[in-house]
This record gives sequence, C-alpha cells and structure tokens, in this order.
Amino acid sequence: MKKSISCEIIFMTEPRENLIDMTVEAPEIAAAALPGQFLHIACGEPRVLRRPISICDATGGQVRFCFEVRGEGTKWLAGRRPGQKLEIMGPLGNGFPKGIRGPVLMIGGGIGAFPLYMAARRQKGGSDAALGFAAAEKVVMQEDFEAACQTVRFATDDGSFGTAGNAVTVAKDMLEQRKYSAAFCCGPAPMLRAAAALCEEKGVPCYVSLEQRMGCGVGACLVCACEKENGEYAKVCADGPVFLSSEVKL
Amino acid sequence: MADVTVKIAGIELKNPIITASGTFGFGEEYKEYFDLSELGGMSMKGLTPKRREGNPPPRIAETPMGILNSVGLQNPGIDAFLSDELPRLEGADTVLIANFAGNTMEEYEGMAEKLSDSSVHMLEMNISCPNVKEGGVAFGTNANMVEELTRRVKAKCQKPLIVKLTPNVTDVTEIARAAEAGGADCLSLINTLLGMKIDLKTRRPILKNVMGGLSGPAVKPVAVRMVYQVSRAVKLPIIGMGGIMTGADAVEFALAGACAVGVGTALFLDPTAPVRIKREIEEYLEQNGIKTWAELVGQVEV
Repeated sequence: MKKSISCEIIFMTEPRENLIDMTVEAPEIAAAALPGQFLHIACGEPRVLRRPISICDATGGQVRFCFEVRGEGTKWLAGRRPGQKLEIMGPLGNGFPKGIRGPVLMIGGGIGAFPLYMAARRQKGGSDAALGFAAAEKVVMQEDFEAACQTVRFATDDGSFGTAGNAVTVAKDMLEQRKYSAAFCCGPAPMLRAAAALCEEKGVPCYVSLEQRMGCGVGACLVCACEKENGEYAKVCADGPVFLSSEVKL
Repeated sequence: MADVTVKIAGIELKNPIITASGTFGFGEEYKEYFDLSELGGMSMKGLTPKRREGNPPPRIAETPMGILNSVGLQNPGIDAFLSDELPRLEGADTVLIANFAGNTMEEYEGMAEKLSDSSVHMLEMNISCPNVKEGGVAFGTNANMVEELTRRVKAKCQKPLIVKLTPNVTDVTEIARAAEAGGADCLSLINTLLGMKIDLKTRRPILKNVMGGLSGPAVKPVAVRMVYQVSRAVKLPIIGMGGIMTGADAVEFALAGACAVGVGTALFLDPTAPVRIKREIEEYLEQNGIKTWAELVGQVEV
C-alpha cells in the first residue's frame, strides 16, 4: 500500500532569495523516484492542501527538491529546519519517458530547470541543457548541470550571463548543431509553447512538464485539469505532469 | 470493541464512514492507499447522462481552513460508468453509492432507472452542485421542485434514494421537508458553499469559473448547524458532512443528528483519512464507555 511518509530534512540552502533547495531522508521515495515525478508535501496547519513539488534528484536514500516561496504554504515549508520532519506523498505522476535512446536536450526556464536535473543526469546516451534565467543573479544549478550534461548553454533576459534571450533562443542553436532523440522541457507556459513549436519544426519529440493547482495529487478529485488537443481534459497529477507537447494545449 | 455499524433504509454499513462524492473518483486511485472494504460506503463521482468535460482550470483555490473547487461535474457519463468503472468495484466489500445529476427531471428519472438496474447499493441524487449552470443547484434551491423531482425519481428508483442538499438556501429545513414529502429515504448534507477568491496581483478570481464550492474545516460549523436543524425537521436518516478531518469531528456530526458521515476534503491532506477517522471514532467510543455509535446520534443536549 502507498502512504504518506514522514521524512526528516537533512539539509537545506537558500541559493537565492525566496528559493529553497531542500533534501530529505526518504529511502522508499528515493528508490522509486523517476525523473519528472513529483512529491505532494503537507505544509502545516491550517493548510488543507498539500503542495506539489517536482523531484530534482533522488540518490542514496535521499530526495532533493527545490521550490520558490510563492504563498503561505511554501513560506511555511521554507521556515522548516534540518532535523524537522515533513509529511510527503510520492513519488507521484508520470515523469519523462524512460526508453529514449540517444542524447536528449533539456530546455529549462527559471525554476523549471530543477525537474530536469535528474533526467539530465540519468539519460542514457547523454544530455545537453539549454537553461534560461531572468538575469545572472537568478542562475541556479550551474555546476550541477555542467557535471551532468555534455554541453550546457545559458541565456538571460538581460544578457548578463550567457546569451541574451531565453532558453529557447539557445535551444534553437543547439538543435541545429546536434541531433537529439527528444527534448524535455519545463518552465513558464510561453517558453513551453515556444519550445514545442521549435521542436516540432526540427522534428524532435518534445516532452513538457506542466504545473497546475492541485488537490488530491493522485487523480481522484479532477481539479488539476489541463486541456488536451482533442478538447478533453487530462489530469496533470496522474496523467502527467509530463506530457508529449503535441497532446496538450500549452 | 464498540459497535459502529449503521443501517440506512435497510442497507447495513459496517461503519459510519462514507467517502464524499467528487473527492474519491470511483475508488480506483485510493485503492492504493487503503482497502476499500474498510469504508462504510463510498459515494462516487457525480454522474451525468452524457460525458462531461467539466470547467476550465484553475479549478481549485486554497482558503483559510478550506478549499474552493469548480470542477463542474467532470465525469465519463453514466453508460461508461456502468460498463467500465462499476465492474472494477464488484469485489469491493463496501456500500456503493452512485451520485447522479441531470439537467431535466427526465434526465434524473432516466439515470435512476439505469442505476437501479446496476449493482450499486444506493443512489444519491445531486441537486446541489454549485458549479454547473443547469440542473444541479437550480433544482435544489426550490422546495416545490425538490418535492416533485424526488417524487418522480423515487417512482423510477428501485434502490434507496439519498437526496443531497445544498447549504446555499435561506432555510434548509424547508428543502429537507420537501425531499421527505417527495419520498426520499435519506438526506445527505451539506454540499459545498458558494464562494470566491481573488488574486490581488492579477485582480482576477483564482478560479477560472469565477466562483466555486467551499469545503473543508471552514464550513464545519455551518454543516453541523444544518444537520442539527434538519434532523429536527424530518424523520429521515442523515449523512452529515462538511469539513470532517478527525474522529472528534465525526462524533460532533453524530451528536447533531447524523447517523453516518461523509469524508471528502480531508483526503487531500491525508489519503488514509477515512480509515484514520474510523479508528478515532472507535477509540472515542471505547474511551468513553459508549457501546454503539448509534446511541450518539442526535444526542446533543440543547
């Protein structure tokens, strides 16, 4: 039977303001976790809803996840300290496809980089990454991605680090220079749309990780709907959060 | 061990815990978290005559001690339920309650006939969904309509009929009496309270559908009050719900007059909430030397 697990926070850092990088001891979750799956984390009384947060990495019985402080729930989470415990359900959802052979291009915008890290690290046939941030001081996980990938290119909106532009600007170059078996994308909706259009043009299958306000996290309550191309709704929590870009309306 | 069995309209539930419609799908997902036979009953996702896609997202917003939802009765339709979902539940040793809603009285009648021919044990007529334009709550807020609809549906219904009431009325006892007069076997209440939340940054409602139904601990006092009022206005058994998170909450509903309780929103925080609440009820009875759940029902002293 699945269950919510009480997991101890092992360490946490704040790589930049309002951004938390947290690791918990969670052997059962770490053993089962696949790239692109998420955790559903209880955020203290009186909040009735858990917060879905993508898994950044899982190794050695520990699970790492990163989140931006956006509202009351993430604020509470950011206020926890190592040694304290969190109630976590997971791993949940369907992550990035496993069976892809050959190199994959990771396209991440802002905090959308986090869910791509484990996929980048585990991809058989190697991976490259195109990562975009608002400015140099917003860049995160540079060393992690440089260690996990063959080539990593950065873009910033103001050109203060890497190429001026966004993740898709550099992804375009990279797709022209190397043949990829697929692209895995995570980031704001406009970036996902641009990435999907670019990949379609290049004939590369594009997988996108979506975000939506969630309820149960397991597919029962139907609140985290995303519209499919055929007009029906898919469940982000259980059918996703990763979808083939051509299946959903971005 | 205290006796927690419940009998509603001739159907025995092994305990008073029923998962509330709309929060539990058709049981498939939560099967992985606990054995469905631990439940007294499960009220399944609201069915409509045809498949419904539901409302555009976002469909959920968190509010103080509660949530707003605007799912809008997304469901595969009654025929797909009967052919694809129900067969998967045949082995489940729990009372199966089919929740259903129509746009017209004829649709309600037709669904009651179909469901009566199936293996579900009870029917729960939803006249209280705040998230659909037609039918739903439009029926549930008019006493004359409630009585007529209940009478017509009861005439086609071969199984016990529960009528689920909305709290979005001036006098819930008027509606409860109308359902009783129409021949309902049981009442369930409350459905969600219509609410709204606005994002200050965007100045837009969080829910795409603008308004949604409020559930969770925030509505519990309203729900307890309505169960109390209704239990004194009608003779029908009542399934009480609204923000039940613990065994103590369930006992409070029993004292107010509910013979069984619905657990819904609590599942989102604790996927095993129904089992935990059942255990907490048993512990409460044990610790207080109470032999049966039934002897708590309606025992509030005023």
